[in-house]
Amino acid sequence: MSEETVSRPKGQDFEASLERSDKRVASFEHNHRGVMDHIQKALHGNPTLVPVIVLVLSVVIFGVIAGGKFFSAFNLTLIMQQVSIIGLLAAAQSLIILTAGIDLSVAAIMVLMSVIMGNLAVSYGVPTFFALLIGFAGGGAAGFLNGLMVTRLKLPPFIVTLGTWNIFYALNLWLSGAQSIRSQDIDANAAALKFFGEAFKLGSARVTYGSLLMIVVFFALWFLLNKTAWGRHVYAIGDDKEAAELAGIRTDRTLVQVYMLAGLVCAIAAWSSVGRIGSISPQAFYEGNLQSITAVVIGGISLFGGRGSILGALFGALIVGVFQSGLKLAGVDVLWQVFAVGWLIILAVSIDQWIRKVSA
Amino acid sequence: MIKSATKTALLLGAATIATMAAAPAMAASHEVGACLITKTDTNPFFVKMKEGAVAGAEANGINLQTFAGKIDGDVETQVAAVETCIASGAKGILITPSDSRALAPVVTQAREAGLLVIALDTPFEPADTADATFATDNFKAGVLIGEWAKATLGDAAANAKIALLDLNASEISVDYLRDQGFLQGFGIDIKDPTDIGDEDDARIVGNDVTNGNEEGGRTAMENLLQKDPEINVVYTINEPAAAGAYEALKSVGRENDVLIVSVDGGCPGVQNIADGVIGATSMQFPLLMASKGIEAIKHFAETGEKPQNTEGLDFYNTGVELITDKPVDGLESLTSEAGLGKCWG
Amino acid sequence: MTQEPILKARGLVKRYGKVTALDQADFDLYPGEILAVIGDNGAGKSSLIKAISGAVIPDEGEITLEGKRIQFQSPLEARDAGIETVYQTLALSPALSITDNMFVGRELRKPGFMGKYLRMLDHKAMEAFAREKLNDLGLMTIQNINQAVETLSGGQRQGVAVARAAAFGSKVIILDEPTAALGVKESRKVLELIQDVRSRGIPIVLISHNMPHVFEVADRIHVHRLGSRLCTIRPGEYTMSDAVAFMTGAAEPPAEATAA
Repeated sequence: MSEETVSRPKGQDFEASLERSDKRVASFEHNHRGVMDHIQKALHGNPTLVPVIVLVLSVVIFGVIAGGKFFSAFNLTLIMQQVSIIGLLAAAQSLIILTAGIDLSVAAIMVLMSVIMGNLAVSYGVPTFFALLIGFAGGGAAGFLNGLMVTRLKLPPFIVTLGTWNIFYALNLWLSGAQSIRSQDIDANAAALKFFGEAFKLGSARVTYGSLLMIVVFFALWFLLNKTAWGRHVYAIGDDKEAAELAGIRTDRTLVQVYMLAGLVCAIAAWSSVGRIGSISPQAFYEGNLQSITAVVIGGISLFGGRGSILGALFGALIVGVFQSGLKLAGVDVLWQVFAVGWLIILAVSIDQWIRKVSA
Repeated sequence: MIKSATKTALLLGAATIATMAAAPAMAASHEVGACLITKTDTNPFFVKMKEGAVAGAEANGINLQTFAGKIDGDVETQVAAVETCIASGAKGILITPSDSRALAPVVTQAREAGLLVIALDTPFEPADTADATFATDNFKAGVLIGEWAKATLGDAAANAKIALLDLNASEISVDYLRDQGFLQGFGIDIKDPTDIGDEDDARIVGNDVTNGNEEGGRTAMENLLQKDPEINVVYTINEPAAAGAYEALKSVGRENDVLIVSVDGGCPGVQNIADGVIGATSMQFPLLMASKGIEAIKHFAETGEKPQNTEGLDFYNTGVELITDKPVDGLESLTSEAGLGKCWG
Repeated sequence: MTQEPILKARGLVKRYGKVTALDQADFDLYPGEILAVIGDNGAGKSSLIKAISGAVIPDEGEITLEGKRIQFQSPLEARDAGIETVYQTLALSPALSITDNMFVGRELRKPGFMGKYLRMLDHKAMEAFAREKLNDLGLMTIQNINQAVETLSGGQRQGVAVARAAAFGSKVIILDEPTAALGVKESRKVLELIQDVRSRGIPIVLISHNMPHVFEVADRIHVHRLGSRLCTIRPGEYTMSDAVAFMTGAAEPPAEATAA
């Protein structure tokens, strides 16, 4: 309210002249859009496009550089196997990051659950089926604990999961005595724990059930996130929690559910990891949390929440796998592989920032 | 049983840490104080080392505090531990340095404050940064398994295809010593003995890193098999990496025609010798390193004398033994059955 | 006024420590009208609106909707009772589509197995409904019902928020400063939209600082001062200067206006 508008006599419609004005709101921009703007807009509408393009390009490029050894059905399915565990962790991580959170405890939950499943089934003779069930319940409970602290104590997810990462890791070492459970002992007592390490042949390709599991989990979560009301609420919360609350979403309850689901996915990854590694190793995947975040970020999911497709994380994990395999087969030293992944992360986040700036 | 022993050790460790607050008081009483600083308290190797130190301290009436980094390479935690130790008035420090060079300044500080510093397992660079080093001769450990592999292959050694599964990208001393020792034992020109991967012998298919665990061992083996599927000799930095490599070979049906050799002598590793997963391993003795270290500190506190190195080496050798169920002529070895009686973890 | 108010408040009191934000405030909204609420900053206007929309619980007083006593514990309860609020922030999720935003919390599921057991959304039905509602309100300059809300202009976003409020059989719509962030052209569209919604029979409470906009669309104006209703005036009978004078205390309102 300003004084001059108030003193204006009523009836003088100073907006009448607008009738003749250009009604197309800011439409002139269309005439000046360049190629980059079109790309930007296309990517904004379909953020998974970037990782898909990068994945296809990197497969082609490494196929040229490293030759047939890289570009064989066997090697490509091997890459799938190698990323299958980090891929599952990335799926769990995506759920949390979509809500604008972060979960540093994913790998710790997974390793703890694999140790629990293994200890119960191998050392204590619990039937494998029940050992698995207890592991899944434990994964859900671990996630529930994270979610509860994020929503009830109003602590930042980074802090909560930084804490539980350490807590779960310590529990894992306590339970396992930092000792691996040997492959032979698993075979003898609980062979079903290694189910996801088994494979079928498809020509020269060797596809493990673990690789298939990763893909199935990703598509199930994609369905949940995109085709159900619950999934849309997850996006809405990550986008703007306050708005979601005002629009009628019970944000805290949904958040707890998201953390629980992520914990469950970690427990599924735990089962799969026994097959992948062959043994149960309390020392493995120490950096699994960071690797999962790497896959999510390269997959075009925004760390600020609410944007990106969970399938992007699958492609992100595969891109990292393709880079590592390709660089190794090309004879590149380990430290340059680390170097390359570092640049990939920065590149991916820059693209994300650029896409977000799309104009109206 | 192993587990409960570990837990007891952990509890003892926690109890000693809990007494830290009372540490300055301890210096005033006439009890000798000592500190054990390991790379981590998770690796069974260090758990065993701690057990040895705790037992030795009890036997010698020494007040022992134990510290550990969170992960291998956690220098900050170790620096803080050394500082705490100096402040507590301890007589000596046993340390497995997470970084052979980065810890030198703080160790020098400790020595200037009159403490005896003994490096366990991993030597400093240069080794005389510490007063003494009690360690496995890692190069020798490598040589033993290299010689065993060469003798086992016989004439086929000339056409072997070798995969080297190392620790990580930082190439710390234990990593290159074992790797280069193995190659030397196998009869390969190692060029710079502190550099992994500078060899040009055609028998080497390639190197990859494992982080010393099963997952890394498997992935590294898969990658090297992609480079050359005819690999028939696999060197591994430790036994968990060897177990991972075995799984990778099994998945392509090659587990029976590849020789896997390793270093460590952990109980699951020795069991894997018995099960035919690993062909041979060089056993080291962490418990001995720690208990000898404690004795040295006690001796130093009483007489002011520092321990001497083993002749011809710049450290005190705590010994290494070859464990295999397929002994070869000219190489002393123990069977896995005998090994299980001496293994750690 | 012979009709009964659809939404009525009597003697509302809300204190924050020593500050009394609402001091025996009354409020009446009649069916089918646009009631503007004006008042100087700090007059307690937003406390009044929050009490009605369930965002704050008044310490004293009673509110009735269609003659029935109501006591909301949260904005969700108010919404369920038919009082929709379009917040100044709009409460839209920028990255979600127009359809998703319109249906947040009220999604439609597919019939049969897919909807019942897999809880699959019926995107087609939701899109059709959203398109129809936007069409009704003359908002179909929006090309693609599935475009993200953040790609819309400020006026279009306001339109989506209002359409969402009007779409689900609400009894009362509260609009908080709908034109404050908009340019001249877009404000015009939003004012047209408000009148459009009113013409469908839904009464509107309009909170605004913009006197020309208030005088253009409001049927009655509730002047809030010092925590309570000072008077209610009709735009045809008073000028904007009068309204500002009442609001700021520069002039006393006539007796018939204060009688409500």
